[in-house]
Amino acid sequence: MSDHDHDDGDHHQAPPSDLALRVAALESLLVEKGLVDAAALDALVDTYEHRIGPRNGAKVVARAWIDPAYKTRLLTDATAAIAELGFGGLQGEHMVAVENTPEVHNLVVCTLCSCYPLPILGLPPVWYKSAPYRSRAVLDPRGALQEFGLTLAPETEIRVWDSTAEIRYLVVPERPAGTEHLSEDRLAELVTRDSMIGVARATPPRPQDRA
Amino acid sequence: MNGVHDMGGMHGMGPIQPEDDEPVFHARWEARAFAIVRAMNAWGKWNIDASRHQRELIAPAEYLRMSYYEKWLAGLLELMVKKDLVTREEIATGRVSSTTRPQAQPALTAAKVASFTGKGSPANRVIQAPPAFQPGDAIRTRNINPLGHTRLPRYARAKQGVIDRAHGAFVFPDTNAAFQGENPQHLYSVRFSARELWGEQAAARDCVYLDLWESYLEPCATHNNTG
Repeated sequence: MSDHDHDDGDHHQAPPSDLALRVAALESLLVEKGLVDAAALDALVDTYEHRIGPRNGAKVVARAWIDPAYKTRLLTDATAAIAELGFGGLQGEHMVAVENTPEVHNLVVCTLCSCYPLPILGLPPVWYKSAPYRSRAVLDPRGALQEFGLTLAPETEIRVWDSTAEIRYLVVPERPAGTEHLSEDRLAELVTRDSMIGVARATPPRPQDRA
Repeated sequence: MNGVHDMGGMHGMGPIQPEDDEPVFHARWEARAFAIVRAMNAWGKWNIDASRHQRELIAPAEYLRMSYYEKWLAGLLELMVKKDLVTREEIATGRVSSTTRPQAQPALTAAKVASFTGKGSPANRVIQAPPAFQPGDAIRTRNINPLGHTRLPRYARAKQGVIDRAHGAFVFPDTNAAFQGENPQHLYSVRFSARELWGEQAAARDCVYLDLWESYLEPCATHNNTG
């Protein structure tokens, strides 16, 4: 009998893990004790799965690319400038934006835990929270960046920002060449999460979109 | 504390492993654990520094073995027990103990989630004391090794740097984590040359910035040419 004969959706699922069972038991205990509201948990998950993510930060960067006055405000008082676009709050209360240029490349890490600007980037990827990145970003940023496929010229100055306090950092990546005519929305599509952490450049425009 | 969480500069942790099209959560239990932790934070029985310190207290081998949300869960269970919100027996059995009384209403209801995440919880405070340092000042970090929580990583202790900007006064994590008060102090962005931190192997122009509280710093008479 082949594996496909009874592909009913449940048949091949692994049993719930020990952790899944423990978390489910904890949730029902806390609900029963009146400590958590299951609907609030749903709303929190929905917020970070669907409402808050790196598209927010991309809008901030695209605005900074097309509007020099906005970019000045962003680099002077990032919290206020980001609030202009409607973003802010938990783990983005105190923002600083740092700009990549041909001479300077910025890279953000939290060596002590997992601090990350949630309102503009959403929840951090696993690699950002993991030992390999946290240990090496400060000691060997060039080597760490090479693992992301980004090789910087030896003369480029790398500034690593270790998020040791409640200040959260946004990297403003360089605007790719050949994008002079693109709209703000199209520009935002080129701004990736990784480019706002500083482990990648913004995506170059597609050949048909080049100026 | 000089724990394994203080990873900056360690070797041997393996390759960085980015995942293409990574989901926000890798399993439903991760999503529920994340939400439970956030919802329990809303009770205000502990603070963000205490939460971080509780995860630092996980034994080093366990800390390295556990996935991210396992650590969150482990920290939450300890804090809930410490603050008498649940008992170890309740966690073990999953049943409410007859001696505890249910709360009338959870601290975080669905209606409050948008304002909870949207407003956040600012950590800056107004204090009377003027900042001891100004941008451009040379400093040396203190060589401290406290048993409790600190945000001065080992790799940046007893190092020379230059004040880059003054952020204003912020809650001091070292005392806040121990429920000994917010004791706000001035916080600074401090620039260290990579060579000051790591020696000649580092690129001459590279640097690392850390956000450090005033009591981590002392004036440095020697001008730091490399900062």
